Amino acid sequence: MELYERTIHELQRLLRDGETTAVEICRSVFARIEAVEPRVHAYIALMREPAMAAAAAADEAIRRGDPPPLAGIPIALKDIYCTKGFPTTCGSRILQNFVPPYDAAVVEKLRAAGAVFTGKTNMDEFAMGSSTENSAFGVTRNPWDLDRIPGGSSGGSAAAVAADLCIASLGSDTGGSIRQPASLCGVVGMKPTYGRVSRFGLIAFASSLDQIGPFTKDVEDCAILMNAIAGYDPRESTSVPEEVPDYRGFLGRGIEGWTVGIPREYFVAGIDPEVLACVRGAIRVVESLGARCVDVSLPHTEHCLSVYYIIAPAEASSNLARYDGVKYGYRAEGAADLLEMYKKSRSEGFGPEVKRRIMLGTYALSSGYYDAYYKKASQVRALVRNDFDEVFRSCDALLTPTTPTPAFRIGEKTADPLQMYLSDICTISANMAGIPGISVPCGYSSEGLPIGVQFLAGHFAEGKLLQIAAAFEKGANIPRRKPKL
Amino acid sequence: MEFEPVIGLEVHAQLLTNTKIFCGCSTKFGAAPNSAACPVCLGLPGVLPVLNRKVVEFAIRMAIATNCRVNAENVFARKNYFYPDLPKGYQISQYALPLAEDGHIDVEFDGGKKRIGIVRIHMEEDAGKLLHDEHNPWSYVDLNRTGVPLIEIVSAPDIRSAEEASAYLRRLHEILVYLEICDGNMEEGNFRCDANVSLRPRGQEAFGTRAELKNMNSFRNVQRALEYEIKRQQYILESGGAIVQETRLWDDGQGATFAMRGKEEAHDYRYFPDPDLVPVAVDEAWVKEIRSALPELPLEKRERFIRDYAIPPYDAGVLTASRALADYYEEVVRLCGLPKIAANWVMGDVLRLLNEEKRDIRDCPVKPESLAAMIRFIEDGTISGKIAKDVVEEMYRTGKPPKAVIEEKGLVQITDEGAVADAIRKVIEANPAQLAQYRSGKDKVFGFFVGQVMKATQGKANPKLVNDLLKKMLAG
Repeated sequence: MELYERTIHELQRLLRDGETTAVEICRSVFARIEAVEPRVHAYIALMREPAMAAAAAADEAIRRGDPPPLAGIPIALKDIYCTKGFPTTCGSRILQNFVPPYDAAVVEKLRAAGAVFTGKTNMDEFAMGSSTENSAFGVTRNPWDLDRIPGGSSGGSAAAVAADLCIASLGSDTGGSIRQPASLCGVVGMKPTYGRVSRFGLIAFASSLDQIGPFTKDVEDCAILMNAIAGYDPRESTSVPEEVPDYRGFLGRGIEGWTVGIPREYFVAGIDPEVLACVRGAIRVVESLGARCVDVSLPHTEHCLSVYYIIAPAEASSNLARYDGVKYGYRAEGAADLLEMYKKSRSEGFGPEVKRRIMLGTYALSSGYYDAYYKKASQVRALVRNDFDEVFRSCDALLTPTTPTPAFRIGEKTADPLQMYLSDICTISANMAGIPGISVPCGYSSEGLPIGVQFLAGHFAEGKLLQIAAAFEKGANIPRRKPKL
Repeated sequence: MEFEPVIGLEVHAQLLTNTKIFCGCSTKFGAAPNSAACPVCLGLPGVLPVLNRKVVEFAIRMAIATNCRVNAENVFARKNYFYPDLPKGYQISQYALPLAEDGHIDVEFDGGKKRIGIVRIHMEEDAGKLLHDEHNPWSYVDLNRTGVPLIEIVSAPDIRSAEEASAYLRRLHEILVYLEICDGNMEEGNFRCDANVSLRPRGQEAFGTRAELKNMNSFRNVQRALEYEIKRQQYILESGGAIVQETRLWDDGQGATFAMRGKEEAHDYRYFPDPDLVPVAVDEAWVKEIRSALPELPLEKRERFIRDYAIPPYDAGVLTASRALADYYEEVVRLCGLPKIAANWVMGDVLRLLNEEKRDIRDCPVKPESLAAMIRFIEDGTISGKIAKDVVEEMYRTGKPPKAVIEEKGLVQITDEGAVADAIRKVIEANPAQLAQYRSGKDKVFGFFVGQVMKATQGKANPKLVNDLLKKMLAG
């Protein structure tokens, strides 16, 4: 087995036992990148040299006997996190040459934990999309079928983990942007509770929905990364000063006696039969582990998508106003006056999906429409949250499909934004409510495409989520397949 | 037809916190361009605002002082518009739920007294500054001022004249400075005012169409601009015209308001709650704590001075114009025990000397204990009131205590009857013609003799003694 195929916990053991070095691991991963990346295109930019230096430093720390927790572990970062001194594009032409003077909070934390950054991964521009086709820097391909999309918006991060182009990665999830690509690429992806991981330095798409989380090869690695990135940050006002437990402590506890809700609204028309079959199989596994699965209802589910497409674009229209060509980023040449400079810079700098959402959001916030759209959407959002609060009174967790279908073909939905938006139908509600969710592989389609199951839990119940995900992973015992590349 | 002006004022006051409202940058004025600007000020991607609690505390002080209701939960909202001095493309302000609402202040002016409503007080961040290059077709952006905390105080449309507006503004200014939350400097724009003005036929309830006035950077200009604007609107209405709703700029040089050039676009700021900030919770205990630490406000102080020191309202007004001046005066009173005399000296000679040099009372070389000691020297007859004027000047010039000045200059009053009588005798002998006039009934000549005696004693003779003796001796 190659080093690049390993998980974090396996590499930690090998490093501890002196069976390998961080530099060897790093070389292995970059060799894999050299061989496979041209076909997958998971990265926007690689960090080979700083990575080798960080690996050498990790080896030094290991030799001294005081390695930080993630010493020598190669981790890829979605290109939405500011990285000090290294270009950060957010998948957009408008930030093509932007070099942040500071690290995002999670980057700081991982750096301090000794992680080795492999590079910045591809994404839909400003995280707006479900297929990574909206990047200004090319399409990322699904490692399981290079003609298909990896999901999005964190498609690069998901594909990089699936194709062993890193050991783990970070993504961001505004409406499913971690869980959906995790499901489509056959890896584990978690969106923590809103407020659990600091958003400081995460380039904002929709501030009240954005949350950072890991992509990993298994649930244990997810717990390891959550230990590294979770926690209160005084630089972020919506960060919550809630104690962070040792998430690894939840693994292996089992779910005997749990009540797991099966929300009926997630098992309706539009869900691919093979996905349904896989998820039903997952329900049986959960039951076999001693949990009781019960039918529950989240009555406002049908409104989630429409509410999301008001709130997220509204916030985005304001968040993206700063890209005006004045201070940094792309500025169009030859504008005659200020207004023209704004118009040209933004017209040339943003891609079509971003423009669409800026227009949607601007409209929703406009005088005379605010009450009917943004305000009403905020009210419905509160109802969605109430739905979840209600079911978590009696349920330990919920189980749903992560995506309605396996990975679709590149170009299949680009002409129809609404069809594209529907691929987040199962994941958006967790962002609305601010609750944590995780996608875990639960099987393969007849075409050999991965399918994921989603578990949801109440606010700050990431521990429980990891507990059921780990139990399911072990109980389902799905043979560990790798994409053929 | 007789028209009645309806005026509402919006005041922006810069708060005197050490750091900005949403980051740790300094608020100091005059730093090199963009030297007090961090990634938050610059609106870099990914940065987030963190509220400075001191700003809320300062704003609550103003809310209490203006009798507003402080909202237990108030919300920051984004005001969206594009401008190069606004790095995020939105200003963080408050909209639907401001910090405080429904207050009032009482103002006095020549025409009387009046209560003026305060609709709301909200917190917001200031924008940056554009510097236009005169020789090149470009502009520079200085973001030092970005994120400097402001409160906006919006009055009710209760103001009916330029004079009332001016009185209201002065009162607000005075309260802000008293509370030590704003330095009140209008030239630097730390206290700025916009006005909404309309006219309506007297007796009519509905408001007329209003114009918004900007660019008035002194109390005097606010009053002049309003007077001009009221006349302008009156002229238009009387000649059958209609007022256009627009923003007008006051031109100090021409003494007139002009419609802002360019197309007046109806702004849609697309306000919505800022998702990067949580609602500001203000509990009663906090308000109570701030209230208990509030200084005595100018109006209360004025009333107390009139009551306790028995000084005229005018004096009380002058002496409470600033907290430092009031403190100075009270210290002098405490040390000399003569409130009215102390008021005369502080308002007269001390303020005159300070004003000549545009010096602040806090830097006055004549310390309260010196002035009090000098007043006591007048009272016990050591020096005359007239000499005292010179003593104060000398104290001001040298910073020396009155005793030293009096001794060095030999200014001790001559109260020895023999010495004064001697001087009078000499004056009478030297002026036989005037003596004859006096004795023939011309009382006016008496003043001449007083003057001559004072001259002969270099002003040191006790005036009362001079009067008494002179009368006796002239009578023969």
